[in-house]
Amino acid sequence: MTATTPLLQLSSIGKQFGGLSALSGVSLHIRRGEIYGLIGPNGAGKTTLFNVITGLYQASSGEFQFNGNSYQAGKPHVLAQAGIARTFQNIRLFANLTALENVMIGRHLRTRAGVFGALLRNRATRNEERAITRRATELLHYVGIDKPGQTLAKHLSYGEQRRLEIARALATEPLLLALDEPAAGMNATETESLKSLLQTIRTGGITVLLIEHDVKLIMGLCDRIAVLDYGKKIAEGVPEQVRKDAAVIAAYLGGGNE
Amino acid sequence: MPNALRQFLTHGGKHQRQVMFWLLLGALLLLPFITDALLGRGWVRIADFAMLYIMLALGLNIVVGYAGLLDLGYIAFFAVGAYCYALTGSPHLAIAFPMLFPDGIHLSFWIVLPLAALVAGGFGVLLGAPTLRLRGDYLAIVTLGFGEIIRIFLNNLNAPFNLTNGPQGISRIDPIRMGDISLNATQGIFGIALPSVHLYFYLFLAFTALVIVISQRLEKSRIGRAWMAIREDEIAASAMGINTRNLKLLAFAMGAMFGGISGTLFAGFQGFVSPESFSLMESIMVLCMVVLGGMGNIAGVILGGVLLAILPEILRHSVVPLQQALFGKTLVDPESLRMLLFGGALIVMMLYRPAGLWPSRVRRRELDSDEAGVV
Repeated sequence: MTATTPLLQLSSIGKQFGGLSALSGVSLHIRRGEIYGLIGPNGAGKTTLFNVITGLYQASSGEFQFNGNSYQAGKPHVLAQAGIARTFQNIRLFANLTALENVMIGRHLRTRAGVFGALLRNRATRNEERAITRRATELLHYVGIDKPGQTLAKHLSYGEQRRLEIARALATEPLLLALDEPAAGMNATETESLKSLLQTIRTGGITVLLIEHDVKLIMGLCDRIAVLDYGKKIAEGVPEQVRKDAAVIAAYLGGGNE
Repeated sequence: MPNALRQFLTHGGKHQRQVMFWLLLGALLLLPFITDALLGRGWVRIADFAMLYIMLALGLNIVVGYAGLLDLGYIAFFAVGAYCYALTGSPHLAIAFPMLFPDGIHLSFWIVLPLAALVAGGFGVLLGAPTLRLRGDYLAIVTLGFGEIIRIFLNNLNAPFNLTNGPQGISRIDPIRMGDISLNATQGIFGIALPSVHLYFYLFLAFTALVIVISQRLEKSRIGRAWMAIREDEIAASAMGINTRNLKLLAFAMGAMFGGISGTLFAGFQGFVSPESFSLMESIMVLCMVVLGGMGNIAGVILGGVLLAILPEILRHSVVPLQQALFGKTLVDPESLRMLLFGGALIVMMLYRPAGLWPSRVRRRELDSDEAGVV
């Protein structure tokens, strides 16, 4: 596989809920190493698309290719294994576990110890446990959580919870980090530090897919943007191009001349 | 728990913990003798049963406490273990298959034990597989049904051929033997006479210790963390790459194996099994031990097991004499009083200590930080 093949390629993905068509014929591709933004008005189908890519929903039609493999009905853990890690719009941490344990669970995928390892607690298992703890601690620092790892996830501040979700996703060693409205509810300072965190992550070689309402964040951060409206892709391109697109302006401000 | 004691237990150095461990071990080894001398042999037997209940509660704790899957039919696995040994360690099969087994099968307990654990684990998977998509109340109802199905099967499988001997149960099960030593008779070791109940006490103690170590190691492992992730948020867990199907089945199987081991020991100890030992009430009893003691915390579950195994016996021994002394006749039957007290205790618990008598470390930490005002 060459570096020029896209990391993620969607081919006319459609998703129906009963009679409601949440997505229809959405095609797009995300290149390796870019930050790709997905925007659109409320109810445009952004999160639905997200859930299809991460295996939570099964696409009604179409398929997508990730890292050279085709998926139509992936299971979440299979896609996580393939290298897609995600966060959730309404934070879904393991609330009653500690911050450290949350990130350690992210390591599940890339570690091996089974029941016998746990029971015998042999050298390999002990080493693996130490490596998991070390990596999880590093990741907590990396995303800028300086509270002790023993703090329960639900006792972290809102901004920290968002970051913890990112740390947990990073622990799975993803190729694609998919973030569902990571800046929702954040104040300006928090958004700014999130922005620099995402830039650092991209510099580390991880492709980022971002759903966001904060247009300023999207425009300042993304290499390319796709706009969804009523389940269809209405525009795609670099931020300047999308900003001037008539269909996008109509979708956001309401089209007077249609 | 008083603060000083908590301090000692949680923050004590390695040396202190070692001293505690040896003191505890000594006390447990002496327990049957002390109980025998102070309360009589019947209470040693009660202590034996308490140990079986602790094993059951720890097994259920894996399913309910770690993986968060509410199981109301857990006693079925206890039954599976018990009947495994009842069928393979008694003359009973001679009735059903006189040609094949003229004397019944008399397999050694030590061969049956691992097999029974595997069979019970298999039943755990069998129950788990159809319930994978269910959670909470719905799961509870299905597991409840499963528990009853097993009991009803045992109750009715005396026809068309007599496999389980129906409601009469299977008797004359071989006692557990260790080499040439039968645990069913008083044995003299180093000049000390060890009655049968004492011998079983030590055997059960060893198994309980094993089950505790297994629970502890599972809890603090990659597998244990994955279970807790499923308990906390199944969707997030699967998005983190956890194969929720396999891990839920594993939790059912591991829990069921503990139940099966406990059941096999029960059959060898009692020498008799019948379906009425495996009623829904028993499932609920074991669940109460887990919930009352502190879901997800091994020490709490043990505490719950001990309390709920012993309290009914205390009631049985005190209620009737007390009423006789006070009123000259028995007004309330101890059995119905037991249910009344249990119900009351559960309500009080839910109001004042919803996380259990001895909550898990996470919940305790949570309470501590709330007290200190740190959020």
